[in-house]
Amino acid sequence: MMYSEKVLDHFSNPRNVGEIENADGVGEIGNAKCGDIMKMYLKIDDGIITDAKFKTFGCGAAVATSSMATELIKGKSIDDALKLTNDAVVEALDGLPAVKIHCSVLAEQAVRSALSDYYTRQGIDPLPIIGEIKMPEE
Amino acid sequence: MEKKFIYADNAATTAVSEEVLNAMLPHFTKAYGNASSIYKLGRDAQKDVEKAREKVAKAIGAEPGEIFFTSCGSESDNWAIKGVAENMAKKGKKHIITSVFEHHAVLHTCQYLEKHGFEVTYIPVSSDGFVNPEDIKNAIREDTALVTIMYANNEIGTIQPIEEIAKICKEKKVIFHTDAVQAVGHVEIDVKKQGIDMLSLSGHKIHAQKGIGALYVRKGITLPNLIHGGAQERNKRAGTENVPAIVGLGVAIESATKNISEKAEIITPRRNRLIDGILKLPYTRLNGNRNKRLPGNLNISIEGIEGESLLLMLDLNGICASSGSACTSGSLDPSHVLLAIGLKHEVAHGSLRLSIEEDVTDEDVDYILEVIPKVVERLRSMSPVWEKMMKGESYE
Repeated sequence: MMYSEKVLDHFSNPRNVGEIENADGVGEIGNAKCGDIMKMYLKIDDGIITDAKFKTFGCGAAVATSSMATELIKGKSIDDALKLTNDAVVEALDGLPAVKIHCSVLAEQAVRSALSDYYTRQGIDPLPIIGEIKMPEE
Repeated sequence: MEKKFIYADNAATTAVSEEVLNAMLPHFTKAYGNASSIYKLGRDAQKDVEKAREKVAKAIGAEPGEIFFTSCGSESDNWAIKGVAENMAKKGKKHIITSVFEHHAVLHTCQYLEKHGFEVTYIPVSSDGFVNPEDIKNAIREDTALVTIMYANNEIGTIQPIEEIAKICKEKKVIFHTDAVQAVGHVEIDVKKQGIDMLSLSGHKIHAQKGIGALYVRKGITLPNLIHGGAQERNKRAGTENVPAIVGLGVAIESATKNISEKAEIITPRRNRLIDGILKLPYTRLNGNRNKRLPGNLNISIEGIEGESLLLMLDLNGICASSGSACTSGSLDPSHVLLAIGLKHEVAHGSLRLSIEEDVTDEDVDYILEVIPKVVERLRSMSPVWEKMMKGESYE
C-alpha cells in the first residue's frame, strides 16, 4: 500500500482533531461495520466557516482526508465549502491508492452533512441547497 | 523513550537467515549447473537438490520420494486440492470438505472447484478457533474426495486437532490434506505418526527465501502433473529446479525444526506477557484459545479503533505488525477468520496480530507494551466510535 508523504503527514499529525463546543453544524457519515466513520464540527459566522474540527474512526486515508478536508474549508464561505469535491481532497494529498478513494468521498460528504445540519438548525430546508448526502459507491 | 525497530510479523514473512544465505550463495555463481545436465556441475546440483529433499522429508517425518518442490505454499495448496479433485472426479467423487477459516489459497481454490461442478462443505469453527473433528466426521459422504484443514491458523494461531481429523479420514478412506505453512518449524510434525496424506509448506515463513515451497504427497497417492514439460520433480512439475532456493529451504527447515520446544520455551512467556499487557487496556479481547496456539502468535481486538491506523502508528514507532482490518485486506470486509470465530465487523476491524520469534527480547516486549497503550489512547481520543461507546450509545 503506497501512501504519499502528505497522506502520512496528515495521518501522523492530523490537523483540527477534536470537537467544537456549541458547533453550528455537526455531520457524521459512514458506519463502523465498514470500518470508517467521520464526524465533522463546524463553526459558522456570517456565512464563513471560522472553525472546523473532526473525529474519525478509520484507516490512515480516512484520517488524512478528514484532516485535509477541514484544512480546505476553514476560512471559506459556505458556498465555497459546498464546492469542495473529493477530487480536490485527493489532489491536495498528492493522491490516494485506488482502494482508498472512497475515503475522500466520505470526507466530502462529511462536510456536506455538517452544512446540512447547519441549515436545519437555521430552520432552512437543506435539501434544495445541498442535495442528498451520499455514501460512497463501494 | 528511544525508538526501536522490532519485527513482530513473522507470520507474514521472515528474514533469510545468514546460515541459509551462505548455503545458497555458491549456487548462484559457482555451483550454478542445471540439475538435469550430465556433467559434474549438473550432477552436483542434482545431488544438492536431493540432499535438500531429504532434509525437508526428515523435518516432517516423510520419505524423500514423497516431497515435491514448488514455488510457494499457495502453489502446494492449489496442486494438492485441484489434483485430488481431478483424480477423484473420475471416480464420481466431487465433494470436498474444508473449514471456513482456511487461508485464501485453500478457500479460493475450493470456490474455483465449486464453479466446476464440485460441492464444498465449509465446516464452521468454534469461538476459540477450532474445527471440531466430529463435524468433519458428520460431513463425510460417499462421494467425498478430500478433506483439507489447516494445521495452524495464520491469523489467530490456533492449532487444529490434526491427528483426530486424520484418523477420521483414514477410517472413512478419504484423503486428508493440511496447509501447514504456519505450523512448520513451530510445532512438531510427523506426517506418518499423525496420518497426514498431504501437507503444504512454505520457505519464507521459516527463514528461507520467498518463492520456494514444498508439497508432501504420501506414497500411493498420484497427483496429476502440475507443469508439463521436462522430467523435473519426477515428471510432475516441469521447469528447471531453482537450486539455490531449494538448497536454502533444506537448510532452513532443518534449522527450524531442530529445537522447536526450546524456542517455544523462550517465546511463549514473552508472548504471554504481551497478551496480558495489551489485555490490561479496557475493551480488548484475545482472539483464539490462549494455550493451544502457535507460541509466537497473539491476536487481540481493540475496540473503538481501526486496525490500519493502529499499524501505521506502530510503524511510526518502529514496530512491524499486522491486522485483520478490511483496510489491510483490500476489501471492505474485515478478516474472514475473525468473522468466523464470531466477532462483529466493527470489532474485527480493530484487530492486531503480532507474531514474534526469539529475536524479540524482553526489552522489546517492554517497548511494545509502552507504545501500544499510548497509540491506542491517541486513536481512541479521535474516534467517534469510542466516544459513543463511552457514552453508552450504540454505534452500529
